[in-house]
Amino acid sequence: MHGIKKWFGNFQAVDDVSLEIRPNEFFTLLGPSGCGKTTLLRMIAGFELPSEGSIRLDGAEIASLLPNQRPVNTVFQNYALFPHLSVAENIGFGLKMLGQPKAKIAAAVAEMLKLVHLEGRGNDPVTQLSGGQQQRVALARALAPRPKVLLLDEPLSALDLKLRKSMQIELKRLQSETGITFVFVTHDQEEALTMSDRIAVMSHGTVRQVGEPWEIYDRPAERFVADFIGDTNFLDVDVVAIEGERARVRLASGAEIPATFPADIRPEGRVSIVIRPEHARAVAPSPAAPLAGTVHDVVYLGTDTHLHVRLADDKTFLVRQQNARSGPCGFAVGDSVGIELSDDVAQILRD
Amino acid sequence: MARNPARNFSIKRLPGFATIAMLSFFILYLPIATLVVYAFNAGTSIAAWEGLSLRWFLSAWQNQQVIDASIRSLQIASVAAIIATACATLAALATTRTTPYRGLTFKYSLLNSPLLVPEIVTAVALLILFSRIKVWTGYSGLGYLIAAHSAFCVPFAYLPIRARLENMDLSLERAAADLYATPFKTFRYVTLPLLWPGILAGLMLAFVISLDDVVITEFVKSGGQDTLPTYMLGQLRRVVTPEMNAISTVFLMLSLAIVTVFFFISRNPQKDDP
Repeated sequence: MHGIKKWFGNFQAVDDVSLEIRPNEFFTLLGPSGCGKTTLLRMIAGFELPSEGSIRLDGAEIASLLPNQRPVNTVFQNYALFPHLSVAENIGFGLKMLGQPKAKIAAAVAEMLKLVHLEGRGNDPVTQLSGGQQQRVALARALAPRPKVLLLDEPLSALDLKLRKSMQIELKRLQSETGITFVFVTHDQEEALTMSDRIAVMSHGTVRQVGEPWEIYDRPAERFVADFIGDTNFLDVDVVAIEGERARVRLASGAEIPATFPADIRPEGRVSIVIRPEHARAVAPSPAAPLAGTVHDVVYLGTDTHLHVRLADDKTFLVRQQNARSGPCGFAVGDSVGIELSDDVAQILRD
Repeated sequence: MARNPARNFSIKRLPGFATIAMLSFFILYLPIATLVVYAFNAGTSIAAWEGLSLRWFLSAWQNQQVIDASIRSLQIASVAAIIATACATLAALATTRTTPYRGLTFKYSLLNSPLLVPEIVTAVALLILFSRIKVWTGYSGLGYLIAAHSAFCVPFAYLPIRARLENMDLSLERAAADLYATPFKTFRYVTLPLLWPGILAGLMLAFVISLDDVVITEFVKSGGQDTLPTYMLGQLRRVVTPEMNAISTVFLMLSLAIVTVFFFISRNPQKDDP
């Protein structure tokens, strides 16, 4: 996908997006609503034509083909199952349109029913199925013609939390069993981190960062990405020196720590770094701790405790302590604490 | 459980509502009920009850003019309803499966204008036009009535079909296209099957409307082309016997039957959708 732009009237929904999605990859487009991720997906499916740019599949240009001419299938957000057809007829629809012989369709449908654990439900009307079952029929219907790419448009958003969790695992399994490239659209960062091989974070029609889940989470390239995914602490620091792939940065307290930075910049002067709350630990005040402050809030969450620590410069720093032992966490509001950081956890942001 | 506040307001509780509603129904249905009752009158009066009998139904059944008019009515209504529904289906597809453009609203009103133009105006216009054509061609068969009925039935058939198309989830057609269906196959395997109830509803509505028409038929018909309603109108000018009541009653039953079927078809259109 190269240089994709899309305007709706004066509104630019997608601005110069270039992405390379690899074969057999579970690729996620992640971003808030209105960031252009669904428009991008619809252009891959063929429901929208890009205003500019090219979309290639295995080297062949597909951007101007009709949806029915592309070896790409979609799982729709509302499933869009054909209400007048049975489960089996829904699943076999694509193969029937491709003109496959009946016996072959029946075999493929049986295989798909097994794959999505709906054996024996083939003759049921789709309208009698539960939400989760309809979801699986929609998946089977899109997978049955063995597309080169499967597009999934927030397919889990209508399911309740428990079902969503099990479908996440199910989707991942289907992807590895079929070896089909999945392109998944979601605004749910947890969903993206759980399932994806790689994630593209989008905002205002542009791709902000592409990377593996850990890269997106631990090495966000910019403030939007860091902020959108998970809880984050931002600190203003000064770059002291660059040592290979690390920079030495000086915190407000005077302590110096190493920080990673995006490959395309050379940080200097005053920069922002991010530190994830679980990479910090509250300890008794000590000169060795790079940060220090006063606890002004303790939030107990069961698995973790969140300590809101007010630093010397009046900024709040969030520390997530895992409740490894039972009982209260040992800190109370008003306590003076030091904050220790795990090794190599600071990341410098692009401006 | 929290109650829906909108439910706490009910128009039923407004003072006098029930009384007015009952009165309205009474005024609407009392004449019809009277008509049906006197169809079974044994005497020749439509105002004085002389006992129960089916003699007027029998007499209508044996009246060749009534039979001829009925057959003609059914012929015209069937053909006109089919033509009108076919046109209405195409019109509905053309006006819903498109991106909105300038002039679309104008087309809606153009399609629906027969509902608004006074029927007598259309009738006179058709009378003049058809009389010219009759002179030129020498043809004076049922074709004129069928053409006229087809034309004014189009908007009636159009409304339920368009409603059905507008309620249809567009992503279904998109899904079909995504699953390798060409535009024609999408129509054949997805749009049309889902549209059937709308088309049937339109067909029956057009049929009933055509069956019932007096004004345009009266103006357009040639000699000896009475439909049931115009035959009845002609008879009423002379002697009124309960035979009219009997014919009306049968007519009413037929309409009721069609409306009932229409109701059941249009009642559960998309409620089963996922």
